[in-house]
Amino acid sequence: MLANFVPTGDDYLRYLPEIIMVVAGTLVMLIEPLLGENKRTAFETVSLVAFVAALGAAIKANTIPGASFANMVIVDGFATFFTVLVIGVGILTILSSSQYLKREHAASAEYYALLLFSVTGQCVMATANELIMIFIGLEISSIATYVLAGYLRDDKRNNEAALKYFLLGSFATAFLLYGIAWIYGTTGSTNLADIRMFLLTPGTEHNVTLASTAAALMLVGFAFKVSAAPFQIWAPDVYQGAPAPVTLFMSAGPKAAAFAVFLRVFMTAFQPITSRWEPFVWSSALLTMIIGNFAALTQTNIKRMLAYSSIAHAGYVMVAIAAHNQIGIAAAMFYLAAYAFMNIGAFAVVTHFSRQGEKFVNIEDLAGLGWKQPVTAGLFAIFLLSLIGVPLTGGFFGKFYIFKAALDANMVWLAVLGLLNSAVAAYYYLRILVVMYMNEPGEATLSLQPLGAGLRTTLWASALGTLVLGIFPSVLLNFARNSSALVK
Amino acid sequence: MQNAVPMSWYLILSAILFGLGVAGFIYRRNIITVFMSIELMLNAVNLTFIAFSYTLRQVDGHIFSFFVMVVAAAEAAVGLAIILTVFKNRETLMIDDVSSMKY
Repeated sequence: MLANFVPTGDDYLRYLPEIIMVVAGTLVMLIEPLLGENKRTAFETVSLVAFVAALGAAIKANTIPGASFANMVIVDGFATFFTVLVIGVGILTILSSSQYLKREHAASAEYYALLLFSVTGQCVMATANELIMIFIGLEISSIATYVLAGYLRDDKRNNEAALKYFLLGSFATAFLLYGIAWIYGTTGSTNLADIRMFLLTPGTEHNVTLASTAAALMLVGFAFKVSAAPFQIWAPDVYQGAPAPVTLFMSAGPKAAAFAVFLRVFMTAFQPITSRWEPFVWSSALLTMIIGNFAALTQTNIKRMLAYSSIAHAGYVMVAIAAHNQIGIAAAMFYLAAYAFMNIGAFAVVTHFSRQGEKFVNIEDLAGLGWKQPVTAGLFAIFLLSLIGVPLTGGFFGKFYIFKAALDANMVWLAVLGLLNSAVAAYYYLRILVVMYMNEPGEATLSLQPLGAGLRTTLWASALGTLVLGIFPSVLLNFARNSSALVK
Repeated sequence: MQNAVPMSWYLILSAILFGLGVAGFIYRRNIITVFMSIELMLNAVNLTFIAFSYTLRQVDGHIFSFFVMVVAAAEAAVGLAIILTVFKNRETLMIDDVSSMKY
């Protein structure tokens, strides 16, 4: 066993994406005092280069899969999928932030460093094979995101968002930790595979109740992090108050990573006690979909509406987890990728439209956008149609596979209720389309500047991703299917 | 060692502390007190880890509680900074006054 503690070259190679991003994040902060006026672009360049290098390293790591650092981390298809996804989210966030930071006069090294650290934490979560690593990754990601949510220090809404995110996030972490402590006490291990082995061993039946209690506590922690009901209260306020590009990031990256650990813990370690947690997950899924969709109906603020929509989408992924089969895991992976694209696209439009001080964030303000900037409006329409789940978009196949997984698990009623929920959702997304194309342009639309280069890249890349996943879903789905066998 | 405090006492104590933390988080109105309640919950977790680690004769739980302490310190640094900016902008530390986004 002792030889295991000396890391080999392969160990470091599997961990290279995280190393690159941490080094780059530190570097960005170190070079800030050395740079003059045109510093903003330098930070951007360094972080983009780091993200692209980390992306390459993550893809390279997939060629040498396996466990590293005495089983603390594991690189497999599932881990690579989420690592690539969150790094991609990081790249698109940087591209969409530059214009926003410039107009708020807030471009500084910390923003980019925090973004790099946050994505690092999410990569650690994606590759974690041990409850300690899950906790550390979750905290690296969360703490950096708390600061990002309140990035504009003098803005009241930013402060409030950061405070709520911080308090409720730490509260959730405490529950997760208490669950980990009990699972450690019950099974004597924090390694996911060992916990599973313990629960499978005959003669441990009297410990199942304790393990289920621990699983319930951890479920509370994860539900908070993915904003699943009844722990979704923080999401609307935080998404509305945080700077638009940070909301773009929060709704895609940390959420995907939280779902990654959720899936890994509950599909490996707690898989032997599925019958105990499954009822809680499906009831939470149902409640999340209903609360998200019905609350979104009445919103006038577009950020808040998209926040409720993001809660509803978390509900669909929870349906896939409740199905607790391999198709469900693959469907959740596919859905999270499609969701990242369409949601980043939608929030990029909000970032573009909101202007300085986020003046224009009401749905009514978008009136006439279809005539003033047809390209932006057209791309926004693609994202909205994908969020509804219209065929030929990634959102359609995402929902299709999730409901297929639910049907395979004999959860017909859950699939039916999910479909009914999607029908409700169509109403509030279509309302935006109506405002954009049917109403006369107002003051907000007429004063709109053309798209900046970074945002344009984000919008086109997200639209391309949404459409590719909608027209050729098998490309990604085959990979997801091949890597959905989490139990080794 | 035979007549030491039984294991279950530690666990009951930590459960009570955790429960107090949850209650404080929900019912207290001052942001600093709410934050202290979270710290109380984390310390309850540490106590649980140490108690289990002692019974299992393993060092894992000790290490885990060190990680929890380090992370709690980092969280406190960030959290207090956030609370400070909230206070500077609003001149209040009552959580009910920080609700500009409710409608």
